[in-house]
Amino acid sequence: MRMLDIRAVSKTFNPGTPNQVHSLRGVNLELTAGSWVIIIGTNGSGKSTLLNAVAGTFFVDEGSIRLAGQDVTRWPEHARAELIGRVFQNPFSGTSPSLTIQDNLSLAALRGRGRGLGWGLKASMVARMRDEVSRLNMGLEERLENAIGSLSGGQRQALTLLMATWLRPELLLLDEHTAALDPKSADQVIALTEHVVGRAKLTTLMVTHSMHQAASLGDRLIMMHRGQIIHDFQGAEKRRLRPDDLLARFEEVRRAEQLDESAAEMLAENYV
Amino acid sequence: MSLLVGTFTIGFILSLLALGVFISFRIFAFPDITADGSVTLGASVAATLLIHGVTPPVASLAAFGTGVLAGACTGTLHTRFKINPLLSGILVMTALYSVNLHVMGSSNISLLGVNTLATQSERIGVKLMRGATTFDLAGWEVSVRDAMVLAAIVLAVLLTGTLLYWFLRTNLGIAMRATGDNVQMIRALGVNDGNMIVFGIAISNGFVALSGALLAQYQGFADVGMGIGMVVWGLASVIIGEALVGTNQLGLTIIGAVMGSVLFRLMVAVALRWGLSPNDLKLITAMFVFVALIVPQFIRKGRMWGAHA
Repeated sequence: MRMLDIRAVSKTFNPGTPNQVHSLRGVNLELTAGSWVIIIGTNGSGKSTLLNAVAGTFFVDEGSIRLAGQDVTRWPEHARAELIGRVFQNPFSGTSPSLTIQDNLSLAALRGRGRGLGWGLKASMVARMRDEVSRLNMGLEERLENAIGSLSGGQRQALTLLMATWLRPELLLLDEHTAALDPKSADQVIALTEHVVGRAKLTTLMVTHSMHQAASLGDRLIMMHRGQIIHDFQGAEKRRLRPDDLLARFEEVRRAEQLDESAAEMLAENYV
Repeated sequence: MSLLVGTFTIGFILSLLALGVFISFRIFAFPDITADGSVTLGASVAATLLIHGVTPPVASLAAFGTGVLAGACTGTLHTRFKINPLLSGILVMTALYSVNLHVMGSSNISLLGVNTLATQSERIGVKLMRGATTFDLAGWEVSVRDAMVLAAIVLAVLLTGTLLYWFLRTNLGIAMRATGDNVQMIRALGVNDGNMIVFGIAISNGFVALSGALLAQYQGFADVGMGIGMVVWGLASVIIGEALVGTNQLGLTIIGAVMGSVLFRLMVAVALRWGLSPNDLKLITAMFVFVALIVPQFIRKGRMWGAHA
């Protein structure tokens, strides 16, 4: 079953100005339910932009986005949250620093649902929070009433992941969620990600800078460059990929780019 | 003694204003100037209704309601039309000046001889004291009227503060606090942050208008100029309150805002007693807030300097 269907999506930022950027150029991508797709790409290739387009941070200029059988192209960001769980690159982005751990979790427990005057922290809910948080193995279950602002980046990312998946999302978006962490915390968060995504077979779209993560995680890998998908590895081909293979592909892109420029220069010299 | 009781009474009345400012400035980090207009709005609506024989509790609630409307206007200007928060507040505040004149029909209304919350509590007090108009409190002679009004106000503030505390801990209230804290996160969790801001600023101005309504009933008149500088006053109270409780725990910050308002009023009363001209009051208040805002920076700089030395 198709969970996510991105069709001919384009996005240009600052159109008509000197800062005009074609971030996405006719991107097509289909995700079957339960697949875990890794996105890699050079800086400015549009990988984070693609995630944000799906999340609804902005509306796309052209194309359509279908998620879980519904056309969400014109849905505002907060409406799409009903279907999507997200973890951001910046550990400060996913949690509310001055609220306690349990307040944050209670917010996540109502993702995409109506919020009324019900008490946020019922005893049964707090018991479940303690249970789920203790599985992070960070000792945070004793600190549920502490403000999240007092936690480390790794702890905050682990909690954000827990919050994003507290209610089962139709789609999980991970935007370089370990890039800002120290290596040890990054490993912890990756182990947690494997556990969470694997256990619930969540449909996941994950952007990463780490070739190691790209090679070892997920069941499909796409490589983006200049707002387009230039490689798509699936099945056995994805399983065979090693970090060196991926680096080689980046090198190819770089050479092609240089060739383009030198060729353009030569043409300019000869004919203009 | 009656001066002291009066000082406490005004301090508690204005603590509702401080709670309103706490919601806009601290929870949403939204510098909402509307409050200057909605204090007067609350006062003029309540005063006009009282003159037309509406019962004081209903008139006060109506004042709260009009404050909510004013705040909703400011919130909508900001969220729907993308106008800068400060400017949204200024626009609504300016518009309210004319609205208030229309509500009152003149630039001020006297409540002399009109049934208000103050006269009501006085009547209850005299009944309780079996006809006495003064009583003895630790050697001081206190008028029953003053004591009863203070008691009524304290009760009202206690009730409002508790309601606010309860509300901010419900699912909706938690979402509201998170909106001011981290918009990106709250959108990702499915909350319409624009609606949250409109709702929060509306409640904030409801509190402010209620404060104005009580103030008018206590002092016996509503005046179109009574709201000038009230935002700064509320901000001063909130800042003092934060210094007093020294924590960002929700319940304590609410108590702090109330205590800050009373303490600030006391400080002002003492300063006036020492010969400060009432004309200089707004200047002193503004300077006080200025100092309170920059002191934390200096402390930080001092620490850094200390670390280098």
